[in-house]
Amino acid sequence: MTSALAALYPGDPLFAKGADLWVWVILLVKLVVVFAILMVSVLFVIMYERKVVARLGNRWGPNRAGPNGWLQSLADGLKLFFKEALVPAQADKVVYRLAPVVAMVPVFVTFAIVPVGGTLTIGGYTTRLQLADPPWGILVMLMASSISVYGVLLAGWASGSKYPLIGSVRASAQMVSYEAALGLSVATVVLLTGSLHTSAIVAAQHGGFLYHWNILRGFGAPFAIFSIAITAEMTRPPFDLVEAEEELAGGFNMEYSSVAFALFYLAEYAALVTNSAIIATLFLGGPDGPRIAGHSVGPVWFTLKVLILLYVFVWARATLPRLRYDQLMDLGWKRLIPGALALLLVVAGARVSWRYGLAALAGSMIALLLLARAIEVGRAGSGKEQGGMPSELESP
Amino acid sequence: MSILDNRFVSFFKGFVVTGKQPLKPKVTTQYPEEKRPKPERFHGRHVLNRYEDGLEKCIGCELCAGVCPAHCIYVRGADNPPDSPVSPGERYGFVYEINFLRCIHCDLCVEASPTEAITESKLFEFSFTNRQDAIYTKAELLVDDEGKPRQLPWEDWRPGDDRNTSAWARATSPAGRADLEGTPLWSAELGYGLRPAQAGQSDEQAADVPADFDISVREVEAGEVAGVGVRATRPVRRPS
Repeated sequence: MTSALAALYPGDPLFAKGADLWVWVILLVKLVVVFAILMVSVLFVIMYERKVVARLGNRWGPNRAGPNGWLQSLADGLKLFFKEALVPAQADKVVYRLAPVVAMVPVFVTFAIVPVGGTLTIGGYTTRLQLADPPWGILVMLMASSISVYGVLLAGWASGSKYPLIGSVRASAQMVSYEAALGLSVATVVLLTGSLHTSAIVAAQHGGFLYHWNILRGFGAPFAIFSIAITAEMTRPPFDLVEAEEELAGGFNMEYSSVAFALFYLAEYAALVTNSAIIATLFLGGPDGPRIAGHSVGPVWFTLKVLILLYVFVWARATLPRLRYDQLMDLGWKRLIPGALALLLVVAGARVSWRYGLAALAGSMIALLLLARAIEVGRAGSGKEQGGMPSELESP
Repeated sequence: MSILDNRFVSFFKGFVVTGKQPLKPKVTTQYPEEKRPKPERFHGRHVLNRYEDGLEKCIGCELCAGVCPAHCIYVRGADNPPDSPVSPGERYGFVYEINFLRCIHCDLCVEASPTEAITESKLFEFSFTNRQDAIYTKAELLVDDEGKPRQLPWEDWRPGDDRNTSAWARATSPAGRADLEGTPLWSAELGYGLRPAQAGQSDEQAADVPADFDISVREVEAGEVAGVGVRATRPVRRPS
């Protein structure tokens, strides 16, 4: 057992001396704490989003339940838990009940690989402030985001109703499309760092506020691609076609009520927190930051970064109009994926030598130009003049 | 063409626009505590008025019930007792009921009433919990012995609100004649006396000045009424 754990998590200081009872206790405590943090942060984030989006719209937002309205999401959650759990007659009962869980679990799994701080030593046991640090690290996040598609897809399918089905088909098509760009930009970061370990990715960005962070590497392109792709992956605005009310009457979770509905919301907002944490880990140095009064305050910096990222997500929601479906697909397949692919090639080449890098750059440029031409020809052939990025709408 | 017209740059201009908003004042009215001043001729819940000597203005003619398009008013008249008359006329409103689940607040009853017996206040919040409570009887509608409207448990009367119980009646020209505009041809009320006329509708200048009787709005604007959570702003009317 001991050797299996040590082999599973090589380099984790917790298993360096073997796994006795206290190691298991520490693991259990970390598990509970991570779960609790994520659950509480969902309550917080829902209110945070509502407050911020209200202020961006010259309003106050909810301010009745609890101090300044901060207990509103708790009240909403309690209300949902006391609602009747309806199962539609046409629904596939087992899958219908399973879908919200399938949507929720991967999000919580993803948060396990996020390093929240450095290391902590309690009574001779040194542990990372991170639930698990497997050597395949960041792949967990890609795996989880793939699985969470099933939650949405199964929910729509099992509801036995057409609007949720259309919504879930949209959602899965969107998530699968952006998965590629997401994976490619993660691969770029992995190439830059040379490790899949999330703790190693953080360690590589350590030392020098902002200066060493991945956000500046690759001219910020991996960061931009990852941020756009993860926004689409979460089906957050402006990519929230999944819940386009005027077209789908609510989307994939329309037939859900009570706890199951609450679980979808839990999954959605837990994903927002987790993915903000992932962005902070991959591109903003995670818990990296100057010491305060001689103390290493990684978790504080980490929380601050996540809060800023959350603000930006809400800011984008308040600013950008929802994309049309063809614009969404155009952005994903014709811009982000080729762009991320070219970036990956250039970074891979540059890792070998600058000559390879230049060659890859030239090759990518030619490929991208050819692609742009192909898209243009394709549009002219189909007689479709519209489409593309929202900014193209203004062109005559 | 400046750099700001670039497609890529203009994409971020939207973020600047929304990003500035948190610094601007909020438009939210904190409603239950804070209420915006209501328009001068707002139609709210009804009030049955009395003369200065305490007699009821209602003569039980049922014109209000007849004109009501929603059939929400039920009136039964009765002969006045000779030794203790309820109203100055021959008859009085023996039963007077308004079903507020039906009332559309059109104020036709107010215009129909020959004695200005029924007028509308500016109170618009009805939060009864059963259908029986929705039917207001004389016990609720008739003003009390000091001329004040009765306060029902679910009603939110603010200081100054009781002085605005008959705005619409006095906003129109008496008898529908334009040359009588601004002339108070209505009877005095218990507790308030003869209320002045609202500034004439044809007077373009006066239209921008709050009418004399619209006291609560003006006092709130001047901060004279303490404890009223009304924001000190009122809609500005632009001369056409």
